[in-house]
Amino acid sequence: MKTYQIPVSNTWWLKKKSYFFFVIREMTSLFVAGYCLFLLVFISKAAESQQAYTELLVSLKSPVSILLHLIFLAFILYHAITWFNLTPKIMVLHIGEEKIPDGLIAVSIYIGWLAVSLIILWIIFGG
Amino acid sequence: MEVELAQSKEPVIWMLFSAGGMISAMVFPVLLLITGFLLPFEIAGDGTFERIHVALKHPLIKLILFFVISLPFFHWAHRFRFTLVDIGLKHVSLMITVCCYGGAILGSILTIIVLWNI
Amino acid sequence: MASGRTYIWKRGISVSESIELEIFRYCPEKDAEPLFKSYQVPFREDWVVLDAINYIKDELDGTLSYRWSCRMGVCGSCGMMVNGEPKLTCSAFLRDYSSGKIRVEPLQGFPVLRDLVFQMDDFINKLTEVKPYILRNENGEKQVEEGEYLQSPAQLAKYKQYTLCINCMLCYSACPIYALDSEFVGPAAIALAQRYNMDSRDQGRKQRQEVIAGHEGIWQCTFVGECSVVCPKNVDPAAAIQRAKVSSTMDFFKGIITLGSKE
Ligand code: SF4
Ligand code: FES
Repeated sequence: MKTYQIPVSNTWWLKKKSYFFFVIREMTSLFVAGYCLFLLVFISKAAESQQAYTELLVSLKSPVSILLHLIFLAFILYHAITWFNLTPKIMVLHIGEEKIPDGLIAVSIYIGWLAVSLIILWIIFGG
Repeated sequence: MEVELAQSKEPVIWMLFSAGGMISAMVFPVLLLITGFLLPFEIAGDGTFERIHVALKHPLIKLILFFVISLPFFHWAHRFRFTLVDIGLKHVSLMITVCCYGGAILGSILTIIVLWNI
Repeated sequence: MASGRTYIWKRGISVSESIELEIFRYCPEKDAEPLFKSYQVPFREDWVVLDAINYIKDELDGTLSYRWSCRMGVCGSCGMMVNGEPKLTCSAFLRDYSSGKIRVEPLQGFPVLRDLVFQMDDFINKLTEVKPYILRNENGEKQVEEGEYLQSPAQLAKYKQYTLCINCMLCYSACPIYALDSEFVGPAAIALAQRYNMDSRDQGRKQRQEVIAGHEGIWQCTFVGECSVVCPKNVDPAAAIQRAKVSSTMDFFKGIITLGSKE
């Protein structure tokens, strides 16, 4: 039977807001990988010597670095928040027969996030 | 055969992707805050070099750092692979797959080298 | 109205108000390409898009083809794109579209047969592929004398949500992965497979895994999540797919752990 197939263009994700934000969500992974590379640089400098480390910190004060950090922070926060919000859909936990409500799982994840962040701050800046 | 391949390969990749996604979501925001602002502008006090320098030598810290850096590489690989295919590069999907996961493996090797040489 | 049909519009507001419907038309015998035709339809507070389309069919243009049946969100046959969103037209009220113009197209992602009617063979095949019925192991079948398979309310609750699907295909229409690759098993079929996999009376999960965890199954899904947004019955197929990923992953790791002890 003759049919007509409505073509899908490669710009489908620009045509609907939710698709656009989906692609943004996936593209945050570029920033994740980019920051991994930066962490490797940071670690090797900090392990090398006081001088190398200080030089790195000086370059981190530049406007370019600040701007880059802000952009990375925005995308990685977007990754974190979308990730945490979707997690309850993936993890289904039960206490006995009762399913733990999605909201409760989400709240515990955010509390965990806060705790992990504080622990890291404590490790680096100490008591 | 096809099915078996998908059943054995995809779960592993998906685990790495999920673990990397969770780790990066949990720790990268605060690390960005630290490396981008708190450390260079000494907002949270100075004298942290010694602390970081010593900590990096600890084997347990190294192990943790290995996971914190290498798993997010796999997270990237998986997401980026599918996004490129979805936005129209399906005809080169095999190459994309090889480059993405290959990149993540390279990234992990690089991580090992950096941590090893401390 | 001097028509054969009685419209429930007596309570409606003034007759002078009207709304424009821009309808996707495609006639396989005549048209190489589809085109849009506009119709002026009376605007009624209590009319849904399907009422307006029925009005067109009865009063303005009898050649218009489309599917519908129950008019109450149960049969799942009236799905169309309304202003670019997959909707059950019998549940989409005109009053919620304030722009004065509504564009109606066939559900996106399927081959169009005529006007708003599309081909659903692919979807039907996929539903069949996942064996949507209770499967028992060899010799696992109970004899009639042995009585029914009992199930507790808690066991029912595990899969109940997935039984609510009305096969309207809105989820497929919202899924960019399906639009790009029609081999993908897709949301409703995977949710249906989960419905049986989670059923305590069923033993057929292994058989369904071939389709579900194969190359065109769950691993193609990138969790866009739109299927769950458009689903009129809150089946949440996106969650069903992610959970299937979790259990397939656990299968795999269990397989590794028990490899030594097997055989
Ligand atoms: S899962 Fe929801 S959207 Fe998909 S066919 Fe079933 S009822 Fe329709
Ligand atoms: S006509 Fe039956 S669901 Fe709309």
